[in-house]
Amino acid sequence: MTNNARDAILQRLQNSQPSFDNSDKPVSVETPEWPIKERIEQFKSILESVRAEVHLAHPDHWTDTLKSLAKKKQLNNLLYAKKGPLGKMIEDSWDNTEQPVLVNNEGPISEWKESLFFHIDAAVTSSRAAIAETGSLVLWPTEHEPRSWSLVPPVHFVVLDANKLYNTFAEVVEHEQWQQDMPTNALLISGPSKSADIEQTLAYGVHGPTDLIVIVLT
Amino acid sequence: MTEEKRYPEKPEKVYYFGTCLMDLLYPEAGLAGMQLIQREGVEVVFPQDQTCCGQPAWNSGYRVEAIRVARRQLDCFNEDYPIVVPSGSCAGMMRHQYPEMFKGNTDELRANTLAGRIFELTEFLVHVLKITLEDLGSPVKVALHTSCAARREMGVATEHEALLKQLSNVEILEQSRKEECCGFGGTFAVKHPAISAEMVSEKANAITATGADTLISGDCGCLMNIAGHLEYQEKQIDSHHIASFIWERTHATER
Amino acid sequence: MQQSAEFHTRVEHALANGQIKASFRSAMDGLMAKRKAAFPDTEALEILRLHGAQIRANSLSKLPELLEQLEMNCHKNGIQVHWAESIEDANNIVLTIMQNHQADLLIKGKSMVSEEMELNQFLEQHGIECIESDLGEYILQLAGEPPSHIVAPAIHKSRQQIAHLFNEKFPDIPYSDDVDRLTRNAREILRKKFYAARVGLSGVNFAVAETGTLCLVENEGNGRMCTTVPPVHIAVTGIEKVVEKLEHIPPLLKLLCRSATGQTITTYFNMITSPRKLGEKDGPEEIHLVLLDNGRSRIYEDDELITTLRCIRCGACMNHCPVYARIGGHAYGSTIPGPIGSILEPQKAGLDKLGDLPTASTLCGACAEVCPVHIPIPKLLNRLRYERTRNDHAGATLGQSSGRTVMEAGTWKGWSWVHSQPRLYRLAMYIITRLRKLLPQRIGPWTQVRKAPHIAPKTLHELALKEGFNDK
Ligand code: SF4
Repeated sequence: MTNNARDAILQRLQNSQPSFDNSDKPVSVETPEWPIKERIEQFKSILESVRAEVHLAHPDHWTDTLKSLAKKKQLNNLLYAKKGPLGKMIEDSWDNTEQPVLVNNEGPISEWKESLFFHIDAAVTSSRAAIAETGSLVLWPTEHEPRSWSLVPPVHFVVLDANKLYNTFAEVVEHEQWQQDMPTNALLISGPSKSADIEQTLAYGVHGPTDLIVIVLT
Repeated sequence: MTEEKRYPEKPEKVYYFGTCLMDLLYPEAGLAGMQLIQREGVEVVFPQDQTCCGQPAWNSGYRVEAIRVARRQLDCFNEDYPIVVPSGSCAGMMRHQYPEMFKGNTDELRANTLAGRIFELTEFLVHVLKITLEDLGSPVKVALHTSCAARREMGVATEHEALLKQLSNVEILEQSRKEECCGFGGTFAVKHPAISAEMVSEKANAITATGADTLISGDCGCLMNIAGHLEYQEKQIDSHHIASFIWERTHATER
Repeated sequence: MQQSAEFHTRVEHALANGQIKASFRSAMDGLMAKRKAAFPDTEALEILRLHGAQIRANSLSKLPELLEQLEMNCHKNGIQVHWAESIEDANNIVLTIMQNHQADLLIKGKSMVSEEMELNQFLEQHGIECIESDLGEYILQLAGEPPSHIVAPAIHKSRQQIAHLFNEKFPDIPYSDDVDRLTRNAREILRKKFYAARVGLSGVNFAVAETGTLCLVENEGNGRMCTTVPPVHIAVTGIEKVVEKLEHIPPLLKLLCRSATGQTITTYFNMITSPRKLGEKDGPEEIHLVLLDNGRSRIYEDDELITTLRCIRCGACMNHCPVYARIGGHAYGSTIPGPIGSILEPQKAGLDKLGDLPTASTLCGACAEVCPVHIPIPKLLNRLRYERTRNDHAGATLGQSSGRTVMEAGTWKGWSWVHSQPRLYRLAMYIITRLRKLLPQRIGPWTQVRKAPHIAPKTLHELALKEGFNDK
């Protein structure tokens, strides 16, 4: 059935390809560019406008920031990737007796889905890049930092290297040549989960995290 | 409109296309438009064979009938003069729809050249005649309703306002949602009377709420619709086509 | 004219309902203001719109090639591609996948194509439960209603109505009409469903041919849940959604978000290129892409009507439509309401079924003024009015000529006859002006809310002659 449908649809489209001009001449769209300081400012203010938190931290001491934020949120546990890019620093700075308790699980999510869905308070992941214009984090989830980590727990901490802050989405795609090799899943995350479906009133934490907390390493 | 508009130098002669609604309902406004141009030293030619631009049938889907009427208009404006139309809607029809109507047809070239010579009255007064107005009238508060065609198809909303702003005794009061359609839409008002009624009553209420003494529009369709409703509601608001309003306030002998 | 009667009944019903009017009016005012604020620089906006239109037009001009390219890249990435001529085909494809996995629960993200397919009703007939997970869609599912807006589906419902609905369906949860509370309740109920479902379904905002990537735009995270948690993900989309290159996505995304709700960007932009790879700990093991035609290839045949297919479903045209703002989405009686619905749906279903929709517009142009991809909506409405009344049977639109009535055609013939003969016209106007006092003061629906227009004593033709204006 499908094959017949395929051929029939393609045939119809080919038979009636339009005769309008398809100008390939590029339209010059101006894209903003900010020096790094303003870029961070822009990124921060856009994210804060959608109720995300943005904290600047020193690359050597950001775990202190993470720790104090996690304490303030009164989290019981924090999911982190032992083998991920942040794993070592987090472990080194954490005292086993401290709250929140560090949790790590390298197994397939299906094996510990219940705990992820109903018992994990927060997760911390790295971020591949970010976009100043729209206040977006770029995540390409990996085997160490799976995609549901940025989605299922109520609180999501993201650690971003300020050097990876681009001006625009177009710039990231172009600079990193995404079209050459797209990952399983590429994500732009630009705030906590939200909805305005009831009377246009904003509510946060609909299905994804209620809190998105970004730590920018400068 | 993304195309850059170009205006000619002040000509010696222009054609005037009076529109069918004006012919029957607002002839004095039509005349006022002609007088305004004439006062600037330009001869106005009014071809007696003109009837209607064809829009009513065109917008109702009756293209054959519309084209027949439109073609008859092409015969009326053979000289190379600008054609001034005191209506955003009819001007939009002739400027933007005629080339579509006659595409691939023997009259295509004629339609295209005619379309290129169409100017809505207020844009012609402002950009071609560069008119300056001296207000001789007494103080008045007005609300301006710019038709959707004047605003969007012809892009002359600022020209409407610019002319009124030249009148020193005229205060323009802005109604809420002023960009919104009044609900006329030609046969729409007849085919979907309930929606049209809702739209015109809200528009009329917004205008009354400004406290204006007079409603002004550059299009007779809107005027007939809104003023018809205001009158039905027995509201004490005058209504005027922009041409007659300006002419009456700036024409010395009438005062 | 069965359809007219039904349409008018729905319109009257909507107009009589003060709450519908109030909800839509204020919501649309808000959305218009937000869009305006999101595009502070009109010149930049115009350039961006041109760019968007060009991207969509170019993609459509190469549609068959791009669909093949998309299919090839999807296969390469491990996504299974299915083609559906009709909604029956598409429904059956989804059903087969469900049956292959012995799945009796489908968790759904927002998808207008699945609404078009009436997928939920279909699957339920086969014993499969469908759960909508977008908050608005979920509310409507509880209420048993279709969406009334493509971006904000439950916009016609008040907070109190929603609160009562929840209370009725879930009597164990304490009543609350607090938006945060309601949202949290929905989160808890649906979380269990995400957890349990073996198959998730989503729509597609853009499908990128060059990489085989499916892009999804959303704020809630339910779209990500549906495409991340269940082991199987089915994406359904119309064949027109293909975009040639990845570099085309950033401008389209910008236009879509800002035009729709005035947001700089949505919370999530989810780009899916393959099923779970070796070593990855989550994500679906199987992805299916269903490409639905259902009349789109017929629309594609016409060089003018094809522009309908540029649509990126931002909803800005309905937000700015004065007719939509008053009658709301349900009155249209089509899956997609508003200006875009009025051009798209009659072409898909046939003018004999939905031919009234193109007439329900004043052609004010507010839609085309904001459309991020420059669809000339009023022009297409006009064109469909023509298709509906033409009598030469020469076009390709479904249900052509179905709206032509002897009365109407006769009226326009007569009108045309008078207006194409100047002497006759002048004579007719002369007579009307002279007999004006005798003409009826009630003229059908016009005078239900208006006074009849005042016919002048003399025509402009006469005044021009009298005042000495030359004829040549
Ligand atoms: S027609 Fe244009 S404005 Fe309307 S939904 Fe589609 S893209 Fe948006």
